[in-house]
Amino acid sequence: MLYREAGQFKTSYVSDGQILPIRQDRIALLTLIAVALLAVPLLASPYLLSAILIPFLIFSLAALGLNILTGYAGQLSLGTAAFMAVGAYASFNFVARIPGIPLLLAFILGGLSAAIVGIAFGLPSLRIRGFYLAAATLATQFFVIWCLTKIPYLTNYSASGVVTVQTMQMFGYQFATPQAKYLLVLVIVSLMALLAKNMIRSNVGRSWMAIRDMDMAAEVIGFRPLRTKLLAFAVSSFYCGVAGALYAFAYLGTVEPEAYSLDLSFRILFMVIIGGVGSILGSFLGAAFIVLLPIFLNMLAHSLGLATNYASNLELMVFGGLIIFFLIVEPHGLARLWQIGKEKLRLWPFPH
Amino acid sequence: MEMIQPPGQPETHRRIGEVILDLKNISLSFGGVKALTDISFNVRQHEIRAIIGPNGAGKSSMLNVINGVYRPQQGEIVLRGQSRTNMDCYGAAKAGIARTFQNIALFKGMTVLDNIMTGRNLKMKTNFLQQAFYLGAARREEIAHRAKAEEIIDFLEIQAIRKTPVGRLPYGLQKRVELGRALAAEPEILLLDEPMAGMNVEEKQDMCRFILDVNDQFGTTIVLIEHDMGVVMDISDRVVVLDYGKKIGDGTPDEVRSNENVIKAYLGQAHGETAA
Amino acid sequence: MSFFIEVLLGGLLSGVMYALVAIGFVLIYKASGVFNFAQGAMVFFAALTCVGIIDKFGVSLWIAIPLTILVMIALAFAIERVVLRPLVNQPEITLFMATIGLAFFIEGLAQLVWGSQVRKLDLPIEDVPNEYLMEHFNILVSQFDMTAAIVCALLVIALGLLFTRTRVGRALRAVADDHQAALAVGIPLQRIWVVVWSVAGLVALVAGMLWGARNGVQFALTFIALKALPVLILGGFTSIPGAIVGGLIIGASEKLAEVYIGPMVGGGIEGWFPYVLALLFLLVRPEGLFGEKIIRRI
Repeated sequence: MLYREAGQFKTSYVSDGQILPIRQDRIALLTLIAVALLAVPLLASPYLLSAILIPFLIFSLAALGLNILTGYAGQLSLGTAAFMAVGAYASFNFVARIPGIPLLLAFILGGLSAAIVGIAFGLPSLRIRGFYLAAATLATQFFVIWCLTKIPYLTNYSASGVVTVQTMQMFGYQFATPQAKYLLVLVIVSLMALLAKNMIRSNVGRSWMAIRDMDMAAEVIGFRPLRTKLLAFAVSSFYCGVAGALYAFAYLGTVEPEAYSLDLSFRILFMVIIGGVGSILGSFLGAAFIVLLPIFLNMLAHSLGLATNYASNLELMVFGGLIIFFLIVEPHGLARLWQIGKEKLRLWPFPH
Repeated sequence: MEMIQPPGQPETHRRIGEVILDLKNISLSFGGVKALTDISFNVRQHEIRAIIGPNGAGKSSMLNVINGVYRPQQGEIVLRGQSRTNMDCYGAAKAGIARTFQNIALFKGMTVLDNIMTGRNLKMKTNFLQQAFYLGAARREEIAHRAKAEEIIDFLEIQAIRKTPVGRLPYGLQKRVELGRALAAEPEILLLDEPMAGMNVEEKQDMCRFILDVNDQFGTTIVLIEHDMGVVMDISDRVVVLDYGKKIGDGTPDEVRSNENVIKAYLGQAHGETAA
Repeated sequence: MSFFIEVLLGGLLSGVMYALVAIGFVLIYKASGVFNFAQGAMVFFAALTCVGIIDKFGVSLWIAIPLTILVMIALAFAIERVVLRPLVNQPEITLFMATIGLAFFIEGLAQLVWGSQVRKLDLPIEDVPNEYLMEHFNILVSQFDMTAAIVCALLVIALGLLFTRTRVGRALRAVADDHQAALAVGIPLQRIWVVVWSVAGLVALVAGMLWGARNGVQFALTFIALKALPVLILGGFTSIPGAIVGGLIIGASEKLAEVYIGPMVGGGIEGWFPYVLALLFLLVRPEGLFGEKIIRRI
């Protein structure tokens, strides 16, 4: 009843090609943006901002990056955290060594550094596919992290191998409060999500999906597999690099190799699987899920009086179980469930 | 829709022209298996050329050679007067050759519209950054190509299913969409690998109509592999017959129909007869 | 020179242990077409269960082992019922991701049930240098490692015989080739899968005990499973001899690299060297040493 599309006709290709063709969706998104930009910083507690919303946004960005590579271009990757690490270390170094460099430029350069590494480690993808490629991305993960720990120049010769990052600042304004960090992260992530959506619905997105679905036929049409795959690696790594930089600057406050372990790569992969492979919305839903679940489980364990290590083991079991559950029940993840929900909503209150 | 012109009757668009594709002494082998042996034939512009032959004769391999998927060990491919033997898939696509496949090779994860839009790939000039920001040039280009894709959708009468994921479509419609994707590239030469396989009579008639219309309206040269003899004799201008990788017949449908070797290949030899 | 041989032998022998884990992978892949990322978790689980039974119930090793085998069989049943059966016709990559989920689940379960402290596993073989080799060749090779090698060899022979000489083995190979066809000739797919995963569980137990005796039974055991990936890449995913050869190469090269190249770049090479080696190898031979060449028809 509320979600009727009746009467919303598209009379031009421009209007048909909108990201949100249904008016109700547009209203919903505008409301969400208004809430996110205005209401949340004013009303949310610092804990909510720092411990939930900021990591949610950052992981969404990383999941988006992985989705571009694995979901849209079909190249399975277990090295996401390594690309995030490159972005973090690179951004840190740019800020540390080029005084007065604009913050956003440092992030972009960090992302580009990650993109270059992504291209280098994506080269094998022309010859290798499937789990072999996944195994090759493990090589990326371990090798890159090892490099970052072994080259003292990168940590500015810090004795412990861990560096505290500089406070973020732009035009003299310091992003020190949770609200400020949150808004900065929100703007960056939203903008990059929009860019990703545009790419996906344009030729470059189609080229990725073509290579994913049938690379032989794609070649015959004139897509060039190596270029397409490398571009996917580059864009995906760029996104993960920026996410990594934000992870260090806006969340952790430090740059350390342990934060970018294989475990993080798996977490992001889980976000993509649970949220929905090949879906921008799915990246956000998956990130939300993975960020909220441990908190929920902790509360559950607490209320049941179990020890905390129970909670962390339970977390592993629930993650694993949920992956299996989603793969069986809805391989396209939460995003598909969301779509099905919307379709039901279009008919509501009628059954069909 | 225009009326179909019965074959053989002169029509302004279907004026058959010069030789556009010349295959000389093509030999192709995989490991120890010889798929094609010393095949030579040509294709004239604007004509419909059929390749027929029993199963395993090497017809798909022949298309793959024309297309740049396989590189022949011996022989020469001359395209519009230029020697293009070492052409790869990309080169073939750029040279204006498009094709459909025997086992449908559509992108199952995309909609009909998106599949057809992929066919416009080589005509797109903007890079990924422009597309990411979707302002100005990228936007105009996307809309322009969308219009072109819609023309093809209209032509193939598949408007109703344009937003359906192709994986959900019945076989016959998938074949039509694949034709649409090939047409989207505005090819000069269209290679069709068994476009009517697995179709019922109605679907075959539709497909015939589309193929003839493509040849009529756009002047596209068509090389097609087909098993249905009725179709082949009806719509093609000239026919090449392959058997066990060798050419055993070449000419108009009537010539080929009465060729002894062709008859033997299809019907087999009676016991006691010796080979001609 | 003898130092080199020592390092080499040490590497080869740890390679044998990698091979043991890899064999578990190969078994499952050969028979169900599933790349079982959870093999490492199974190794961990098996070892932990064995040790846990010994500690909790105070029984001897020789009673704990059969009990653990029963547990692994029960696990195989559960996996077949809950994970494999619902996903029977899905693409390989889906099953692979399901096994990643399974790995996490088993790891969490193992630690939930038995706790997360490191446990010591005592096997009746001692980790002392073999006297014969010491005296005659002046080479330091552990008794333990040699026993591991022998166990591995015996296991491989047994498995080889299983696959080629028995009816079950033939059925396993049929299933690996084509599920539908195997069903069509009446092979009980589900029972076969339980068999395969149980055998893989047994192999995991052996590997777990040997690794656990050497390094202690702890969570880090699951990372050894990750090391099995380069082994499989080198040896091909469908070949048991390949897993052995791959294991030996990885084990040896890893140790040699660490000892000879490591000091030049600050150490810690072992963490990535096998992977990079496998990656370089893949570029030259995408299907591994013994793997089957994949031919795609257009």
